[in-house]
Amino acid sequence: MNLGRDDRTRRSERVGESLTWLCGGALAFNLLMIVAVIGFIGYRGLDYFWQGRVALCRLEDGRRLLGEISGREERPPTPGKTLEMTGRLQLRVGNRDVTGAGFVWIDDDQIAEISYPEDALLLERLEWGHFYGRAVELRRGDEVLARGPDEVWRAFGPLHEEKVARREAIERLERGEIGDINFEIERLRLAGKRLARRDLSPDERALQEAAIAHETKEREAQYQVLADRLFEERESLAEEQLVMETADGERNAIAVGEIVRAVRPNAMSLLDRAGLYLGRVREFVWDDPRESNTEGGIFPAIFGTVLMVFIMSIAVVPLGVLAALYLREYAKQGVLVRTVRIAVNNLAGVPSIVFGVFGLGFFVYLVGGSIDRLFYPDALPTPTYGTGGILWASLTLALLTVPVVIVATEEGLAAVPRGTREGSLALGATKFETIRRVVLPAAAPGILTGMILAMARAAGEVAPLMIVGMVKLAPTLPLDHHFPFVHLERKFMHLGFHIYDVGFQSPNVEATTPLVFATALLLVLVVTLMNVAAIVVRNRLRRKYASSAI
Amino acid sequence: MEIKISPVNEGEWMESDVSAMGTDDAVRPEIKDALFQIDSLSFWYRESQALHDISMDIPSRQITAYIGPSGCGKSTLLRCFNRLNDLIDEVRIEGDIRFEGASILDPSVEVNSLRKRIGMVFQKSNPFPKSIYENVAYGCRIHGIRRKRDLDEIVERGLRGAALWDEVKDRLDESALGLSGGQQQRLCIARALSVEPDVILLDEPCSALDPVATAKIEELMQELKKRYTLIIVTHNMQQASRVSDFTAFLYHGRLIEYAETKTLFIRPRKKQTEDYITGRFG
Repeated sequence: MNLGRDDRTRRSERVGESLTWLCGGALAFNLLMIVAVIGFIGYRGLDYFWQGRVALCRLEDGRRLLGEISGREERPPTPGKTLEMTGRLQLRVGNRDVTGAGFVWIDDDQIAEISYPEDALLLERLEWGHFYGRAVELRRGDEVLARGPDEVWRAFGPLHEEKVARREAIERLERGEIGDINFEIERLRLAGKRLARRDLSPDERALQEAAIAHETKEREAQYQVLADRLFEERESLAEEQLVMETADGERNAIAVGEIVRAVRPNAMSLLDRAGLYLGRVREFVWDDPRESNTEGGIFPAIFGTVLMVFIMSIAVVPLGVLAALYLREYAKQGVLVRTVRIAVNNLAGVPSIVFGVFGLGFFVYLVGGSIDRLFYPDALPTPTYGTGGILWASLTLALLTVPVVIVATEEGLAAVPRGTREGSLALGATKFETIRRVVLPAAAPGILTGMILAMARAAGEVAPLMIVGMVKLAPTLPLDHHFPFVHLERKFMHLGFHIYDVGFQSPNVEATTPLVFATALLLVLVVTLMNVAAIVVRNRLRRKYASSAI
Repeated sequence: MEIKISPVNEGEWMESDVSAMGTDDAVRPEIKDALFQIDSLSFWYRESQALHDISMDIPSRQITAYIGPSGCGKSTLLRCFNRLNDLIDEVRIEGDIRFEGASILDPSVEVNSLRKRIGMVFQKSNPFPKSIYENVAYGCRIHGIRRKRDLDEIVERGLRGAALWDEVKDRLDESALGLSGGQQQRLCIARALSVEPDVILLDEPCSALDPVATAKIEELMQELKKRYTLIIVTHNMQQASRVSDFTAFLYHGRLIEYAETKTLFIRPRKKQTEDYITGRFG
């Protein structure tokens, strides 16, 4: 008998081997793309916080420019004119209030000299963005406190710290006490409107109206006091001024209280730069945005995204699990159930904007409108729930992701062996007890898988949210210290929309492009973190309820 | 004793004679202390009939074994005792089973209380994906016992009853799925014992176990028989002859012969029985 491999075997082995290579190659390609995307976003995003050196460019025509080199473009030789490659530099010169443009392009051949002066000062301001220049004077009114770059720099530090503390106090005052009083005044206004609609005797009405008027007056008086104090505090921010000189010699006075941060990049050690880097990351993650989202932090967007995904999970998991339980455990398996199952799967393929429109029509107008008429008639015509808000956005996304949870839960339920159910029933447990105590715990990892997929999908969804409550800038978080603490009717910010808004709706595109990468990186991190948390929970459950190998 | 080997080929009577066989031919022993009385029980899955007109009495506190080739209806019959067949759609049942004189097939019977009194151990061990403790405590928890002290006692009694206590007493909180196959099956027995049933149904309890684990379970059955009525389904004839007091031979959904185990294995009265136990077919 011939046991050697025949032609057919050999041919099939050759095909098999090349197929293996093809599959491996496809996987490698996918991995490479993922690594490339994450790497690119990571590099550009993390680079945003790094402080480079500030260059002073002297041009051939005698102009001087001070700023950070932020990009370079190569140009091929122009036939008949130049033979060599030329290029141009992009310089971030800031000073938008003086020059109008924050960025300039300079051709290589225009540049006469580039130097990095030690005393170049970079100011991050509350308004108008960066300022690059040299410090000339520090003055209070007409009194000169310090003169000359070094003296000013020494005197500036302590003064600035004091101003920052004061600015924070003002913010606390605005958000805290003044916010509280405004809240109270609004409450009283609504109470007044409610009174007008109530059926009361004239005496009683007059009495109550007087009480409300009295209290309103009191609050308004309190408000006036605080407002005056606020005004004074604000004035004091502008008391001292830093007189700056641009590279061109133009002078500009900047209130010390307006300055977020002042650094001398060319005089910084590596350690200083690292410290500055961390400080900026912290500011980015924890602070509110400024200058129509192009500066400052993105904390409200992070918070909005996480809270929305959280509320969505709370809504989608019970809904999906109950639906899957009915489909798998109670419904009689037949044509109808199969049809429903196919329909549910297809629901996952409906474009998300369609869900957005549905959410607007159903949740916002119908449900929200009804809630307003029933429970908040006093605030009308200002809508409370009858307008987009985080609750409606979360529910819209819950509808969008419910098929994922249903499918995953059904799979989890199907994986629970029949023997396990029969073991429970044979002990005298009812079907409900069996499902609750044996089947559901055993299917919990599957359910969590569904939740993870739903969360990942929801966190990245932007289109439907734009019409059900997501905004460019929300003045308040949906969570604060005013009763009932969670304000689900409020509009919210979202990282995905922030990326779109900052990257494509901003007039100052050059300045915000790095911000897009930083925000995208953060969005990826937030989604990853949430998923990792859910995966840890799932693995713990898996160990606990490890499905038996029968 | 010499067993006479008949020259008849099995195929000759399998097809033709089986349908002609009446249950009235079946050989039955006298049972005085009957716990179950099966009365002309027939069972259909959709159109196919799985059990044909079975009548027999099952004695209390004895081990009754059902033997027969695969697909002969032994498991179906066993699952009639605790009405586990209710879970399957489109089944039809005729005749009656009386348990302590009362019908258990009656629709008014409270199935959950019935199943509490008639426990079951399955072919594949099916511990819940929970800790060893929770597995045994489960039955009592659903029947409303909540006090930790009571549960502790029940768990210990159940595990001791299933001769598992000494092996697992130090790791009650570990997952039941970490136990060996034989231990898992004894855990299932402990679980069945925990709700203090009167009867334990065993559906091929040793078919997935090695000889050592099988021996342990058989030993345990002898112990359990003192307090419980045991009904076991097995296709291992040696096992039936070793452990049971009475044996019933089912073939094609019919009861062929039912007798004291010794009698059935030494002097089978029916030819089919003899052929089966001598290994001619099956």
